[in-house]
Amino acid sequence: MACIELNEIAHAYVRNPAGESDYAIKRIHNVWDDGGAYALLGPSGCGKTTLLNIISGLVTPSRGRVLYDGRDVTAMPPEKRNIAQVFQFPVLYDTMTVFDNLAFPLRNRGIEKNEVIKRVHEVAEILDLTPFLKKKAAGLAADAKQKISLGRGLVRSDVAAILFDEPLTVIDPHLKWHLRRKLKEIHEQLKLTLIYVTHDQMEALTFAEKVVVMYEGEIVQIGTPQDLVENPEHTFVGYFIGSPGMNLLSCTLNGNVAHIDGARILLDQKTTELGGKARGKLELGIRPKYLELSSEPGKNGVPADIKAVEDLGSYKIVTLTLAGKTLQAKLPEGKPVPGGTAWLVFPPQWIRLFADGRLVK
Amino acid sequence: MEKWENNKAWFLVVPVLAFVAFSALIPLMTVVNYSVQDILAPGESVFVGTEWFKKVLHDYRLHDALWRQFLFSGLVLLIEMPLGILIALAMPKKGWGVSFSLVTLALPLLIPWNTIGSIWIIFTRPDIGLFGAAINSLGLAFDHTRRPLDAWITLMLMEVWHWTPLVALLAYAGLRAIPEMYYQAAKIDGASAWSTFRYIQLPKMRGVLTIALLLRFMDSFLIYAEPFVLTGGGPGDATTFLSIYLVKIATGQFDLGMASAFSLIYFLIVLLLCFVFYQVLQNVGKGARI
Amino acid sequence: MKGKKKTIALAVYFILLFLPIYWMLNMSLRTNADILSTLTLYPADPTWKNYIKIFTDSDWYSGFINSIIYVTINTMISLTVALPAAYAFSRYTFIGDKHIFFWLLSNRMAPAAVFLLPFFQLYSTIGLIDTYIAVALAHCLFNVPLAVWILEGFMSGIPREIDETAFIDGYSLPRFFVTIFIPLIRAGVGVTAFFCFMFSWVELLFARTLTVTSAKPIGAVMTRTISATGLDWGLMAAAGVLTIVPGALVIWFVRDYMAKGFALGRV
Repeated sequence: MACIELNEIAHAYVRNPAGESDYAIKRIHNVWDDGGAYALLGPSGCGKTTLLNIISGLVTPSRGRVLYDGRDVTAMPPEKRNIAQVFQFPVLYDTMTVFDNLAFPLRNRGIEKNEVIKRVHEVAEILDLTPFLKKKAAGLAADAKQKISLGRGLVRSDVAAILFDEPLTVIDPHLKWHLRRKLKEIHEQLKLTLIYVTHDQMEALTFAEKVVVMYEGEIVQIGTPQDLVENPEHTFVGYFIGSPGMNLLSCTLNGNVAHIDGARILLDQKTTELGGKARGKLELGIRPKYLELSSEPGKNGVPADIKAVEDLGSYKIVTLTLAGKTLQAKLPEGKPVPGGTAWLVFPPQWIRLFADGRLVK
Repeated sequence: MEKWENNKAWFLVVPVLAFVAFSALIPLMTVVNYSVQDILAPGESVFVGTEWFKKVLHDYRLHDALWRQFLFSGLVLLIEMPLGILIALAMPKKGWGVSFSLVTLALPLLIPWNTIGSIWIIFTRPDIGLFGAAINSLGLAFDHTRRPLDAWITLMLMEVWHWTPLVALLAYAGLRAIPEMYYQAAKIDGASAWSTFRYIQLPKMRGVLTIALLLRFMDSFLIYAEPFVLTGGGPGDATTFLSIYLVKIATGQFDLGMASAFSLIYFLIVLLLCFVFYQVLQNVGKGARI
Repeated sequence: MKGKKKTIALAVYFILLFLPIYWMLNMSLRTNADILSTLTLYPADPTWKNYIKIFTDSDWYSGFINSIIYVTINTMISLTVALPAAYAFSRYTFIGDKHIFFWLLSNRMAPAAVFLLPFFQLYSTIGLIDTYIAVALAHCLFNVPLAVWILEGFMSGIPREIDETAFIDGYSLPRFFVTIFIPLIRAGVGVTAFFCFMFSWVELLFARTLTVTSAKPIGAVMTRTISATGLDWGLMAAAGVLTIVPGALVIWFVRDYMAKGFALGRV
């Protein structure tokens, strides 16, 4: 077990990177705590797999250092790093039995025979693989195969962290849930550092204690699932997390009023102060679930046209246009939806301001 | 993934069957027909039953040729398969070296077979050949036209030179199909280069190696043009393989009945061996899948 | 370090591969008297005499053309009949499919020598002797089964869901096959065409037996030239070099395609 420190990491796959755009990882500088369960979340091509491979040692970064418990391992190959990795597709040694698959990493390290048998049985027990130990690994179902891949990491008693690269891609939906729960159990039982790469926010939010959101080669936010929802630090986190994502409207400030083309939205005192200090292109953000709709103009209502209403059972998604811009509101079941024109209320405490994409704070 | 059951698929296979029937079945019937007759003069023949077959089965020169053939094919496979795999492992995975290696390997495969014979005559003759002269200058007598062992060595060299590239090309294709993930996992598991080969590369290459093995077995068992040009089956009968002996009987002695009976037996042997190989390799594959 | 050793070993192998060919090239640029008198690593006094002698013989020119024609015909026939059959084997189960598949393969194992005489008689009877089509058809004996075998491998690598989706979208089987499926396996078709070309080009036993003059292949012309002029090593070497040229040209033109086909990893 170890805490992993990434020190000023940057990586480009081309040999002589010309500019920013050649870098798959632009600048990453952070610490992954010992025993933490992290999810690395981001869209395809944001560099999350590259980052994972840098941590495991499959990729050596162009710049920066990787430290395990303060020890520099940047130049170390993966087999020396005491790390395990589970890939997108199950990787098995087809010709071996499940037992031999699990024993493989131990035998390669010259572990004594009785110890190998003991460890393999322990791990098989944890992963419910005991009945399959004597079978050929190649004939099992996808979820069992993925468990074997995981098991090859768990058998090593010295393992510092287990890295997962979208491990549930090929698993049937109803088994995904089961495997995810198994992972949580293992985490609680063994207190290993787990880093889990995914592009599925549901998976990230349910699995992790902390979610690391990546966007275009950078980490844009690290936080608990709740942080990400309530205080997105970047417009990307705003619209990537949540379904539907955060409404983002470009605006200008005039005292405590935000102007969105013709519409005026009142801000509270704290936001007004922050907005006064902000530089760059301003955007106003609000989560759909905090938007209020009413059929009366009310005190702070702004008129908007209702374009569509989707009833999703426990809630409704209403699509509206406000001063030529589209936004969405999420209403609880049973709340009446006005027809045609509605008045939108933006509760000031849930309004966030972003300057050049970053949260103003 | 289960295949769809549909007997209409037969219609798709019919053209192939028509072609192969025309170029295989009709000639084969002719051969069968000859094998049970004795042709005395054009248009005049007698039914002789299994007499030719008996004669063939008791022909000691044929027995010799058969053992020679087995030895030759066996040695060829033993050398070419591992060598081809080694070459494939050493080949570059990206850059200009890939095209260069592929082109170089494909070159011997596209040389007409009798030219292959010519190349090796010129290369190995003790008087004008680089190889022959080099060996002689080392103080070792070498002459493939007179010494049976030398003729064998030359033939083996030629065969290995000619066909190892095919094995290498197929093995390379198999290697390239292995996803990078497998190598990464092996690295993390601390596998040695040998373990990676034994437990990842070799099992994943099984399919293409089956093709390579079968093709190489068939073609080496049926070898004709190259030894015919290089040694003519000699010295003596030292390199008279089955095909060469067959043509000797058919055109040299003009023994059509015997040649036909011989052909059928020859065909059956190849068929049987390929069937055995095919079954064995299929089962090895199934073992890994179940 | 390890990578370097590998590269050196590979380089040595490639040199060994080129050496016999180089030696023939060397011989082809020398006169017979010169060859027999001295052993040199390179022609000290290169001459084109052997090549000129060959090219003044019109048989050579037509020999090249003949070979190219029947090889092309054979490759086209093999692909045309093998594609639907390979599709059937890769997608459907039907009565006797496994037996038919093995029987097809077994034709690849037939000793060419076995079929020599029957072929001659068969094609004589139907008046095809000494035509391109005769050789092309004879070569189908081993190329069609091979083509079915290789193509089936490629096709099995394409998920069946693609077919299903296309059928649901209202494609007929022939239209789906031509507009969607063949483009998907074009690397496989390329590799198959290469193998068909190769085996048809290098085969001479059938080609020589089934032709007399007008369809005579290059290899046969070569043998004839040599036997007609007695044992002239220089001439033989020059003839050999010339038979390598078309094959080398073909590889040169398909080299990128080959690299791609191999990158796909199915042969």
